[in-house]
Amino acid sequence: MNWIITENNKKIDALSIPTITIEELREDLKALKLRPIGFFGKQEFENVRLYVVLADDKKGKIHISSVLFKPDVKSYNSLTKDFPQLHNFEREFYEDFKIEPKNHPWLKPLRNNQKDYPFFVMQGEDIHEVAVGPIHAGIIEPGHFRFMCQGEKIYNLEIMLGYQHRNVEKLMLNPNNRLAESICGDSVVGYNMAFSEGMEALSDTVISKRACLIRRIALEMERIAIHIGDMGAISGDMAYLMGANVFATTRTLVINTMLEISGSRFARGLIDVGGVNFDIDNEMASKIKTMLNEVLEIVHRCAKIMLKKPSCISRMEQTGTVSKETALSLGAVGMAARSCAIGLDSRFDFKDKYYTKYSTAKKLEETGDVFARFKLRYKEIIQSIQFINYFLDELKNNKEEIKTTPNDLSANSFVVSITEGWRGEIVHCIITGVNSEIIRYKIKDPSFNNWYMLSMAVRNNGISDFPLCNKSFNLSYCGCDL
Amino acid sequence: MLDTIKLKYYQGDKYIKDIQNAPIKDSFRGFPIIKEGEIDVSCCPLNALSTNPNKIDMGKCTFCAKCKSEIIQFSPKYKISSASRENLIIKENMTFEEFEKTAIKARKEIKKIFSKSLKLRQVSAGGCNGCEMELNACLNANFDMGRFGIEFTASPRHADGLVITGPITKNMAYALEDCYQSTPNPKIVILAGACAISGGIFQNSDMLNREFIEKYNIDLYIPGCPIHPLTFINALLDYLEIKA
Repeated sequence: MNWIITENNKKIDALSIPTITIEELREDLKALKLRPIGFFGKQEFENVRLYVVLADDKKGKIHISSVLFKPDVKSYNSLTKDFPQLHNFEREFYEDFKIEPKNHPWLKPLRNNQKDYPFFVMQGEDIHEVAVGPIHAGIIEPGHFRFMCQGEKIYNLEIMLGYQHRNVEKLMLNPNNRLAESICGDSVVGYNMAFSEGMEALSDTVISKRACLIRRIALEMERIAIHIGDMGAISGDMAYLMGANVFATTRTLVINTMLEISGSRFARGLIDVGGVNFDIDNEMASKIKTMLNEVLEIVHRCAKIMLKKPSCISRMEQTGTVSKETALSLGAVGMAARSCAIGLDSRFDFKDKYYTKYSTAKKLEETGDVFARFKLRYKEIIQSIQFINYFLDELKNNKEEIKTTPNDLSANSFVVSITEGWRGEIVHCIITGVNSEIIRYKIKDPSFNNWYMLSMAVRNNGISDFPLCNKSFNLSYCGCDL
Repeated sequence: MLDTIKLKYYQGDKYIKDIQNAPIKDSFRGFPIIKEGEIDVSCCPLNALSTNPNKIDMGKCTFCAKCKSEIIQFSPKYKISSASRENLIIKENMTFEEFEKTAIKARKEIKKIFSKSLKLRQVSAGGCNGCEMELNACLNANFDMGRFGIEFTASPRHADGLVITGPITKNMAYALEDCYQSTPNPKIVILAGACAISGGIFQNSDMLNREFIEKYNIDLYIPGCPIHPLTFINALLDYLEIKA
């Protein structure tokens, strides 16, 4: 087996990445049994090189290899039949480079699909279709959902995305932090951190511990804010308005503190390559602690009321269930996977020392339904508050600078940067060329893996439960469309 | 039930009473104050800066404060919206009071038709979910925009106007056009966020289609990246001449 083994945020020589054949790749994928986190092409003169990045979550290692396609090769035998988690990756590769994965069970367009999208058709008596979108009833991003229903019951949901496609990967060839944090505006810190840590690894820039801690405080605050907001939205979608209002105003406390730190409610402008732009002094640290205590108290109280209320529980329990087997075969990641008892959390899997120092316990739920995702959010909020308190204590005795000037990027290098955003792992792969310029920037949002989970979750549910299921995942449109 | 009442009591009042004079933390970056002197135009990733005289285009600016220096400062003033695109370009030595005077002029007919009730339809056309979340926040118990009769509807057929976020991607252009045509007359169009106003950070993308902006009359420009709920609500209150 010819794979190069590396770690998260570790620079390797791009030219040392081995080349294997597509059949060898198939055999290796079978033998290694690892999770694909990158499967993307790059134009190399007239050839196309397909990079395959696999994550070994147990050991915290990353395996990389590549397949070279000569210009006369226009197809290969699809890998999706053997490895269903690759279905989206292969569609993306086909769309970008027109190299066809033969016998792909679902070779539909992924992003450039506005005309004549080949929707599945269901026939029979009493069958009806419901088309929703791209503009939705609420204030959310655009996407098209096509339901096949019999009466109230959903047989299948087909999701067509691509409306948000802004060609971000091309823009990221001349990257800056403002662009990185605008790729997906609800994971500002996650995206900016993945980008910044990748760039720092590529340029051998060592940033201070203080900056690392402040970044992680912001990352956990983002997780808390969005999770609370989502718990509120779940409450709203099941018509428990008390919860919706309490959680919404509690979220405001968190993001207003973020504004106090960084001048933006979503921490835009906080992180730059080389460190952070705003410090957290002792006074601010105690403010954050007081705020978090209050947030924790309210979340505890409200969640406890909801977890006791039969009217709330009956709406969430066994609604939108995804089994562990389904989630595993679809390659689910992040919070959605953890709600199906799959222990994936890149903070601990890839041994981020700032976290593993204190705890390595991943929060999990077993049942895979809306209730599981609600309870998991509650658990993760408590965990994140603990982490922030540890980090703030560590900041106290640390007098380092928060920012350094980054060095120049190294030539011919490859780095994989993984950050656990609130949805799950955000993977950025950056490749530099001979003149240290970025020649390929690849982004994988956790939603890229998880959208299909939503399709599976709503099967055999009432169509009126769709908003509840959707909100319980809260997947990203722009992170997937790029 | 008792727990619920206790929780409500514990939480207390959360709404902002006087939304037109609501306080905001000094760290907020709003209206820029520019002095005379030499500035480095290249530091802005959005080309929002220009010289002779020094200017910042708030329609492009993400308020990241990368250009912050002795010459350029950002004040925590959040009422930065305007009814005309030109007004968003802030020249050197311009004070906030000067800007505010000319920024939004309420039109008689608009006031007459919409000041009691304004229902808006939001269209995200490539928005990153930042402005969308802030528009949702406008409706929560803190900001409670609904008290002024301003709300978001589920369908353009019920709407009096559109709020557009995002740089308008090619793939969303026809849906936006459809939505505009489905909104009954008279209607207003509001651009929320730097992306919608100028393409923002995505201005160089080759997947945008901004014909809509050139084709139709825009009534209100709301800068920010993302927009702050106070900016949005106050812009509408000023535009409709609603006194809270």
